[in-house]
Amino acid sequence: MLVSVYRYNPETDREPYMQNVDVSLPEGKDLMVLDVLNLIKEKDQSLSYRRSCREGVCGSDGMNMNGKNGLACITPVSEVVKNGKLVVRPLPGLPVVRDLVVDMAIFYKQYQRVKPYLQNSSPASGRERLQSPEERAKLDGLYECILCACCSTSCPSFWWNPEKFVGPAGLLQAYRFLADSRDEATDERLSELDDPFSVFRCRGIMNCVSVCPKGLNPTKAIGHIRDMLLSRAT
Amino acid sequence: MVTNVLNYGRSGVHDWVMQRFSALVLAAYTLVMVGWLVLNGSDLTFSQWQGFMSQTWVRIFTLLAILSLAGHAWIGLWTVATDYLKKGAVRVAFLGAVAISLFVYVVWGISILWGF
Repeated sequence: MLVSVYRYNPETDREPYMQNVDVSLPEGKDLMVLDVLNLIKEKDQSLSYRRSCREGVCGSDGMNMNGKNGLACITPVSEVVKNGKLVVRPLPGLPVVRDLVVDMAIFYKQYQRVKPYLQNSSPASGRERLQSPEERAKLDGLYECILCACCSTSCPSFWWNPEKFVGPAGLLQAYRFLADSRDEATDERLSELDDPFSVFRCRGIMNCVSVCPKGLNPTKAIGHIRDMLLSRAT
Repeated sequence: MVTNVLNYGRSGVHDWVMQRFSALVLAAYTLVMVGWLVLNGSDLTFSQWQGFMSQTWVRIFTLLAILSLAGHAWIGLWTVATDYLKKGAVRVAFLGAVAISLFVYVVWGISILWGF
């Protein structure tokens, strides 16, 4: 199988280029894209990419495979290969550090901005802060995010305004704490988001939903935030 | 919170509501105008058209539609400009031209409707 890999080493290359590698796949086995990269790296140690758990939990190996973002470790080659060719590029819209490794600083900055932690200044009862099963159920589909950045880097609004638009990953987490019955900072959180960029740059094209390797729905969460802002303002 | 001075209402919710409200007005106006033209259009005379447009409710509705168009266009083009025009000077020049054009359209529209 022909694999075309994005290569860029800022110390030696003047500009990025696509490297074509012919990889012989084992018969009768559907490898994951990460396995293919490992096969390439066995022959060419200079190829750089992030990976850790290799089972879709750590979120390290987010990359763009034949035009669609996803985790290389849980994406079968058969699912993405087109005309016998696999094209692997780094996540779009972020600065490339080297080969498939991107600088995620702006992504984490937007995550940090939504204060992704529980804020509650009332003294605790001496036990845990309890939730009813219904209150807990509101967090399903929100807490599972692994911050792989597949969604935010597939979002044109995030490409054009990464400093101002929080992005789907950050907004999913923003809603995770807005929806939490134990959090007391709802009003402050909403005030931070009530400008034309942070939330409202979302145009609802749902690229985030289509690429999320955990099957989450940031667009829906953004809709809930918009509803909360709207009912607070009217 | 991201600050900015050139958007319509300085608040995301405000712009969002305005964009949807103005869209509803424009949709209703389009339906009324197209509907009237379909009913009367085959042998329409100038005096019929002028008579229709000189009714008070049509004038008010038309002015509302012109104002909605101006607001809608401003929010939409401000959004497009802040997405795609990355150089501050270019963006301000573009938005200035948009603002002046919209102002001219509104004043010109009023002058046509009430014929100063």
